[in-house]
Amino acid sequence: MPPLKSAVTLAADARHTVTIVLNGAPRTGQAHPRLLLSDFLRHELGAHGTRVGCEHGVCGACTVRIDGVAQRACLTLAVQADGRRIDTVEGLSQSNEGPNQGPNEGRMTALQEAFRRHHALQCGFCTAGILMSLSDYLGRNPKPTEEELRDMLSGHLCRCTGYAGIVRAVMDVTGQTPEPGAMGEAAHV
Amino acid sequence: MKPASFDYLRPATVADALAALAAGGDDARVIAGGQSLMPMLNMRLVQPRLLIDLSRLEELRTLKADSGWLSVGAAVTQTELLSRPTLRDEVPLLASALPWVGHFQTRNRGTVCGSVAHADPSAEAPLCLVATGGEVVLRNVRRRRTVKAADFFLGPLTTVKAADEIVESVRFPLAAAGSGHAFREVSMRHGDFAIAACAATVDGTQASLAVGGVADRPTLRSWPLAGGALPPDLDAALNAFAWDLGGDDDQHATARYRRDLVRRIGRTVLEEALSCRR
Repeated sequence: MPPLKSAVTLAADARHTVTIVLNGAPRTGQAHPRLLLSDFLRHELGAHGTRVGCEHGVCGACTVRIDGVAQRACLTLAVQADGRRIDTVEGLSQSNEGPNQGPNEGRMTALQEAFRRHHALQCGFCTAGILMSLSDYLGRNPKPTEEELRDMLSGHLCRCTGYAGIVRAVMDVTGQTPEPGAMGEAAHV
Repeated sequence: MKPASFDYLRPATVADALAALAAGGDDARVIAGGQSLMPMLNMRLVQPRLLIDLSRLEELRTLKADSGWLSVGAAVTQTELLSRPTLRDEVPLLASALPWVGHFQTRNRGTVCGSVAHADPSAEAPLCLVATGGEVVLRNVRRRRTVKAADFFLGPLTTVKAADEIVESVRFPLAAAGSGHAFREVSMRHGDFAIAACAATVDGTQASLAVGGVADRPTLRSWPLAGGALPPDLDAALNAFAWDLGGDDDQHATARYRRDLVRRIGRTVLEEALSCRR
């Protein structure tokens, strides 16, 4: 990856070269200054795993990791991501057992497997963003309480599962057994 | 839901950023975390000709406590401040209130100074700045000036900051020995805009309550302690404060409900602040 020029001025009506490290591999595309990172990933690089919902930072579907930190791709310009490391849901299975090679290539992570076991997704539209948030959050807080977890999940909208399955999956994968009746099963609203 | 076109500048220094801002006039905007500005750009509520990106300026990535103040530079995110191990000793109110700012994912990018500059009446960072008696450091190409938080906010999304100035840093006074602090907020969901947010500070002589989400800006009122206790007529005082704040009905709550929250949560946080004095 070439070093970032310290100061740049990018004209509104021109497309500019943006280079990111996407899931470990350098990728280059062209972007007008106003292009959102979410659209750059999907339309310019063809990385469609990242979903686009509300485009004003509320729904959380477009959450990716920028230099490891979970953030909204729709509230980030592609040109701001120049030179950054971007991790998306496509990279999770690759990062399961090291780089994209070896016998585990293409296998889901333990977190993804737990999502499947616990029916933590239905339509899947919100799932990529939630997985990217969790992959950052669980690194900082490996055994969250249910209250902490639900607080973090408040940054994502899921209209299918009502969050109970998501909470169960995370409690499972973090080695915690939820107390009976503590999972808000009746709160499917 | 896509921004209108703009030129993008990533300056090498704060001085370069300020020069571009001065030259750009009302058509230029600065962006740091962008967690308020980007939604406004996406919805085309603002359409600048030039966007000046402060987020990679190391000069603005300053976070330090000295001479009685905790100073937070313009590029410091809410998560970075919240992750400071000594924050609960230095400015305990921030340690209590910052988890209520947006969500985990937006705090990771949103800045403290950006929230102050945006001046949403229900925002927690401006409320904490007013509650603690903090200051805003403004800078343009020619000079720096420091404005007290109580004088900085003029109304919704309106401050005394001129178009050619940036909020270079904000400064929170370090908590005095023997003071107590408490924060509570009511919103539809955690992370939503506050219907009412209450921040209390009690020191050796007085009890103070700052309220956000009700008036058009965060508002502070103080009462003298009576023999180390809260004033005996506190309920009447809180009722007068609630009416003076002049909240309106909106889609989230009625003005009457907001007055109730100020009376009830105001008392609760004042009692909590009194009981946790150290």
